[in-house]
Amino acid sequence: MRQFSYSRPDTLGTACHIPDHTRYLAGGTNLIDLMKSDVERPEHIVDLNALSLSQIEERPDGGLRLGALATNADTAAHPLVSERYPLLASAILAGASPQIRNRATNGGNLNQRTRCHYFYDPDMACNKRSPGTGCSAKGGRNRIMAILGTSDACIATFPSDMCVALAALNATVNLTGPEGERTVPLRNYHRLPEDTPWQDNILCAGEIVTSIDLPPLGFGPHHTYLKIRDRLSFAFAIVSVAVGLQMGNNTIRKACIAMGGVGTKPWCVPEAEALLAGKTPSPSLFRDAADCLLQGAVTDRDNAAKLKLAPRVIIRALSQAAAGTPQSQTQKTIF
Amino acid sequence: MTLHSAKIGQPVSRIDGLAKVTGQARYAAEPHPAGMLYGFIVNSPIARGRIEAIRDEAARAVPGVVEIMTHLNRPHSALSEKSYVDGLGVPGSPYRPLHDAEISFNGQPVAVVLAETFEAAREAAMRLEVDYERWPHNADFEASLHQKYMPGKTRSNYVPPKSRGNAAEAYALSPIKIEGRYHLAPEHHNPMEMHATTVIAEDDGTFTVWDKTQGPQAVQAYLTSALSLSKDQVRVRNPYVGGAFGSGLRAQHNVFLAALGAKMLKHSVRITLTRQQMFTHVFRPEAVMDIALGAQPDGTLQSMIVDGVTDTSRFEHNMENLVIWGLINYKCPNATADYKVAPRDTYTSSDMRAPGAATGVNLFEMAVDEMAYACNMDPLAFRLHNYSDIDAMHDMPLTSKALKEAMQEGAERFGWYNRPMAPKSMRDGKELIGWGMATGIWDAMFSPTSARATLTADGRLHIATAASDIGTGTYTILAQTASEAFGIPIEMIDIELGDSTLPECPTEGGSWTAASAGAAVWLACQSLREKLFRTLGKSGNISAWLTEGLSNKTTVLQDGFLQDKGADENLRLSLSEALSLTGQDRLEVEETAKPGLRGTISQMRKARFTHSAVFCEVRVDEELGIVRVTRLVNAVAAGRIMNPKTAASQVRGAMVMATGMALHEESLMDERVGRFMNHNFSEYHIPAHADIPDMDVLFVTEKDKEVSPLGVKGVGEIGMCGTAAAIANAIFHATGQRHRSLPITPGD
Repeated sequence: MRQFSYSRPDTLGTACHIPDHTRYLAGGTNLIDLMKSDVERPEHIVDLNALSLSQIEERPDGGLRLGALATNADTAAHPLVSERYPLLASAILAGASPQIRNRATNGGNLNQRTRCHYFYDPDMACNKRSPGTGCSAKGGRNRIMAILGTSDACIATFPSDMCVALAALNATVNLTGPEGERTVPLRNYHRLPEDTPWQDNILCAGEIVTSIDLPPLGFGPHHTYLKIRDRLSFAFAIVSVAVGLQMGNNTIRKACIAMGGVGTKPWCVPEAEALLAGKTPSPSLFRDAADCLLQGAVTDRDNAAKLKLAPRVIIRALSQAAAGTPQSQTQKTIF
Repeated sequence: MTLHSAKIGQPVSRIDGLAKVTGQARYAAEPHPAGMLYGFIVNSPIARGRIEAIRDEAARAVPGVVEIMTHLNRPHSALSEKSYVDGLGVPGSPYRPLHDAEISFNGQPVAVVLAETFEAAREAAMRLEVDYERWPHNADFEASLHQKYMPGKTRSNYVPPKSRGNAAEAYALSPIKIEGRYHLAPEHHNPMEMHATTVIAEDDGTFTVWDKTQGPQAVQAYLTSALSLSKDQVRVRNPYVGGAFGSGLRAQHNVFLAALGAKMLKHSVRITLTRQQMFTHVFRPEAVMDIALGAQPDGTLQSMIVDGVTDTSRFEHNMENLVIWGLINYKCPNATADYKVAPRDTYTSSDMRAPGAATGVNLFEMAVDEMAYACNMDPLAFRLHNYSDIDAMHDMPLTSKALKEAMQEGAERFGWYNRPMAPKSMRDGKELIGWGMATGIWDAMFSPTSARATLTADGRLHIATAASDIGTGTYTILAQTASEAFGIPIEMIDIELGDSTLPECPTEGGSWTAASAGAAVWLACQSLREKLFRTLGKSGNISAWLTEGLSNKTTVLQDGFLQDKGADENLRLSLSEALSLTGQDRLEVEETAKPGLRGTISQMRKARFTHSAVFCEVRVDEELGIVRVTRLVNAVAAGRIMNPKTAASQVRGAMVMATGMALHEESLMDERVGRFMNHNFSEYHIPAHADIPDMDVLFVTEKDKEVSPLGVKGVGEIGMCGTAAAIANAIFHATGQRHRSLPITPGD
C-alpha cells in the first residue's frame, strides 16, 4: 500500500469535486484489498461514509430505492426487499460471506472490480490494471474468465451476484456528479471491455452512485437466483442465472433474465427474454432461450466448462422460476 | 473437571485452548522487541534468468526505509551449498536466499526491504525496480514428464518399491484388467498462520528467533550453519504454531532472510509473508500414476503395476513414497512399481500432510474401486478378499493391523451393507446418490526423543521437550501422559515446548510426535518418581509410615500425594512437602526414549502402519454435475488413542483437507511464467462449511505393544489417506462416470 491522502466529506457537493487519482471508499472490502496488492494506487481516498445514503425506502411508483451506502446484509434482510424482491435478497445472500456482506455496500457492489488472477497480480500484464500492457488471461489459467462480451484486450468476468439480480429486475442507478444528477439503467451501467477495459462502467470523474431504484415488478415466487461455483459457499460464480417471470394461466407474460460468471458485465439478451414472452414453459422453449442467451460465446484455454454448464443452468433456473420454486441459498440441493 | 480425569485415553479439552482464544498464546509474528524493523520480501516475476540491475532510489526515498538488502550488499553467509541443507534432507543443491543474481524460480526473493514500519517496507517493496535477463524455462508438468529421472542420491526416508513375481506376465494373462492414468493437481499447505519470523537481537549479541516451524532445533541447526554462527548464538522458539501441514518442516526463506537482516543491521527484524507469498515456497507436488491391475474373475488380484511421477525443482530432488502403498497393503502374487521425479523451473515441492500416501493411496484406491467393479464385486468385499495380514511388499509381519475391524465397524456405522451394487441406482429428485469407500494406510513412526521432568518446591511438575504443537494437541496429550505416569493432576503440570534449548526432539511431522514425545515424557516421569522415592528414602527425617511404605514398596504417588496403599487417608504427603523433606528445592531428570531403550520398544523386524476405512455418501445433481458430500465415516486403527477428542479432531481436519483434494484444491500453474496464479484464499478454494457434512470418526480397538512404548501410532495424517478416494468412488457410484484426475470440479 502506498501513501495517500484521506478525506471524509459530509456533503455530496464536496464529495463530487475531487482531484485526479482519487478513489471513493465505501465498505472497503474490495478497494483496500486491491491497494494492499498494489493494484489500486490512489493518491487520494475520499471516504463516503459520512454521507446519508443508507436509506431503503418505498417510491411513489410502488418501487423501492436502495441507498448506495446501505450494506448488502441490511439490504438483503430488509423486509421490503426480502418480501417484495426475493430475487435480489437471494442473489445478495449467494455472494461473499456474512462478514463481507456486513461491510460491503450496494454502491460498492456495483463498482467492485474483477477477480481475474492476472488483474490481481501486478507482475502480470493486464490492460484493465495497466492500459496497453496486454491481457495475460488470454491463453493463461482462465477457467474463471468470461465467455461473453470479451475482447482482444480483456476477458475478465464481472464478479457481482447482486448486479445480476439488479439487471434482471431492470433496476436503475442514480448518479450525482459535478455536472449534476442522472439516472442510468443498470443494464447500461457496466461497460463491455472493447479496447478500453480499464473503464468498468460509465461513471465520470467525480460521479457517485447515490442509490439504486427497483421498479415495482418483483415477480413473487416466480424467480430464482441459481449460482454454480467451485465450492458450495464463498466463491465467485462459474455460472449464475437470475430469472424473474411474470406468469398467468401457465403462460410466461414477461421474462427477465440476467447471467453472472460468464460475461464481462451482467449478461442480458433482450431477444432471449422476448422469445419466452407469451409462451408456455417447456424444456424445448428453455433450451431455445439458453441458445439465444449464449449466442456469440467464445471460450479460451480453460473455460470451455462454462459453455458446457451454462445452458443447463439456464434451463434449470427457468424451470425453477416457472414452477415458483426458487433456489434456496442455505439448502444447497438444487431442485 | 475432576482431578482424576486427565489420564491417557480421556477426552481432555486442549489445555492451551484458553491461551489461544484469549490471544495470550504468542505466535512467531507477535513478539515486539524495541526498535524492531519490518522486512518485506520482493519476489521475482520470472522463473529463470538473472538480475541485471536493481534501481532502488524510489524505494529508498520512502520515509522509514532503513535498508534494502539484496545479493549485492547482504552480509556474509556460508559459501558451501552443503551449509544450507536443512533437516528434511532433500538431495540436490538447496536454495540459498539472496546468494547471487541467478533466478531459479518465480517468486524467488530478490530483495528484502527493512523499514521502521510494515507499511513503509511494503510500499518501498512496491517501488523497487529490478531488471532481469530472462532465460528459457519449463514449468509445465506434462512437458517435464519427458525429463523424469531417478535421483542418484535418494531422500533418507525414501522406501524403494520392491517387486515380486512377474507382474507384466501375470497382467497379460489376467482375464480381468483395468489400467489408467491417475492425476493429482498441485496443492498448497495454506495453514491459517502465514510463515513469519521475528528475530530478536539480544544485548549480548545473540539472536532469539521466533519462527513458524515444526522443528525449532532443525531451524537452529540450519541458521547456525547457513549464517556461520555458533550454536549458542541462536535460540529458536515456536511455542505456538497456527497449523503447518508440513510447510514448516523446512526452514523457509523468511527465517533465513530475517536472521540475515538482523545480522546485517544488528537489529531485531520481523518478516511476515503475505498470503500471496505463501505460494512462493513449498507445495504438494503434482503427480501422475499409471496403474494397471489384473485379476481373476473371482476377484483375486493377480498383478499390480504402478508407475508414478511427482514434480520437483531443477535444483533439488524432492521425492515421495508414492507408489508403494498398494504393494504393501494388498495380497497379490505379482507386483511391481516404478517411481521418478520430473523437474520444473519452480521452487522445490515438499511434504504436505501424508506426503506420498495422500496422493499414492488415494489414486491407487480409485483404481482398486475400478477393479472391484470390473470383477463385479462389492468394493469392500473385494478389499477383504485381497486383504494382507503382512507388509506384502517386504514380506514382513506387522506389529498390528486392525483394518479388517475398521472396515467392519465403519461399514456398520455407515450402513454399507444395504448398498446396491450398480452405479446410478439411487436417486432423490434431481440428485443421484452414491456410496463409495476406500482404505487408508500411513506409517506409524517413532523417533528418538528426549524429555525433562522437574519437580519444583511448589509441588508442580514441569515437563520440557523441544517438540512443536502445530495445533494438534501435543501440549494436552503430554500433560495427560505426565499426569498418569507421575501420578499428579493435570492442573499441577506445566508443559514447555517449542524451544531449541529444550531436550532434543525431532521435527514435528510424520504423525510420530504423540508416540515419540509421549514415550519420552512417560519415561522421564517414571524416572522422576523413582528418583523422588529414592531421595526420600535416603533422607532421615520422614514419618514412619513413609519409611515403611518406601521400603515395602507400598507407597504410591497418586493425585499429587504420596500415600500408602490401603493406609489411612490422612497419612499422606503433598509433593511440595515431600520435596522439602528431601532438603532439595527441585528434583530433575532427563530421559531419552529410543527403540530398545529399557526394553520399551521391540527391536523385532516388523513393519508398522496406521490403517483406516473410509465410507462416503455423495449427492450429485444429474444435469449440473454439482457434487455434495453428505456423509463421511472414517474408522481408524491407530493403536492406543491418547485423547479421543483431539485425535478425532486430527482425523476430521484431515478429512476436510482430503475433501478439498477431491473436489476443490488446485494450485493453477501458469506455465508461461512459472507462477501459481490463484495465490489467494479467494481463488484457491479450500472447503467452506457448506461443503463439509457431519463427519463420523471412530477408533477401533488395536492393542499394539510393539509399535511404540505406549502402544501409540499417531493420527495426524491417516485421515488424508483414503478419504479423497472414497469421495471419488462415491461419485462413480452415483453417476456411473469415472474421474481419474483430482480435484473433480463443476463442469468436469
